[in-house]
Amino acid sequence: MSHISTARQAELHAADAKTVFGFWVYLMTDCVLFASLFATFVVLRNNTFGGPAGNELFSLSFVLTETLVLLTSSFTAGLGMLAARRHDRRQVLLWFGITMLLGLFFLTMEVTEFHKLAVEGNSWRRSGFLSAFFTLVGTHGLHITCGLIWMITMLIKTSRHQITSRTIKQFTMLSLFWHFLDIIWIFIFTIVYLIGVAT
Amino acid sequence: MNQPEAGKGTLKTYVTGYVLSLGLTLVAYLFAVKQFTSGWTLIYSLATLAIAQLFVQLIFFLHLGSESKPRWNLTALLFAIMVVVIVVFGSLWIMKNLSYNHSVPADQTDQQIIHDEGLQPSKY
Repeated sequence: MSHISTARQAELHAADAKTVFGFWVYLMTDCVLFASLFATFVVLRNNTFGGPAGNELFSLSFVLTETLVLLTSSFTAGLGMLAARRHDRRQVLLWFGITMLLGLFFLTMEVTEFHKLAVEGNSWRRSGFLSAFFTLVGTHGLHITCGLIWMITMLIKTSRHQITSRTIKQFTMLSLFWHFLDIIWIFIFTIVYLIGVAT
Repeated sequence: MNQPEAGKGTLKTYVTGYVLSLGLTLVAYLFAVKQFTSGWTLIYSLATLAIAQLFVQLIFFLHLGSESKPRWNLTALLFAIMVVVIVVFGSLWIMKNLSYNHSVPADQTDQQIIHDEGLQPSKY
């Protein structure tokens, strides 16, 4: 890096900050997408059309496990980010590898739950409540899937190449995305599952 | 040696955020399972815990508090929160009124509203 002048470095740094800010603005618009799905869910949550309600369908201990897995993956993504800033490739591969496995585990649990509901005849076609449930939770799961594909490409890239400022920028955006999905899940956990089962 | 930059987080911020988030999640779970309270009190308690966790993660995972001026990330977030609140509470408000107006057969709607609102009907 010594052959790059300090002025050029500052220029690059400012350009990276702009890219990350643009990504942040995308995340904020994603908040609005989820807000409309949350509003739909809350409006329709009692429209069970004679079918089962949340307290008959959901197991809170199962969902708590999902939540703890995703929360832990958010934490390990943070540790991976710290390693990326130290240009420590082995630690980046370790922490983002763990994050990827935890994310995969979370997604498997979510798909298992969806499959179980569908097999028991409680798919999105059963009632307005279940349509809203599958749309909201499914959209989150789709985001997780995209995040996992992104993470796998970044892991392959890191295993083959040195960490540059460009890589750090990409890891910054990936971890922002992952923390954001964790925050969305906290609200799904609270509104769909905890409030849905307990009241 | 790289100097840690402001707004980029350290091991300490991530560990603090993780521990606080774990605590808040478990407390929320216990509230729902043990039913310390019920009805709206329980809903408000769970909502408060979720919002507390939102702040914990924004500060310790997304490092929003340590952003340097001008705080464009925070500005964008506040705008998004405003839109979210309008969308969610606006929808609930409208749909509640809509179902209120359709909760009884059309020919009895007036009587129902007079009864619910405690109005003194002068024409009846």
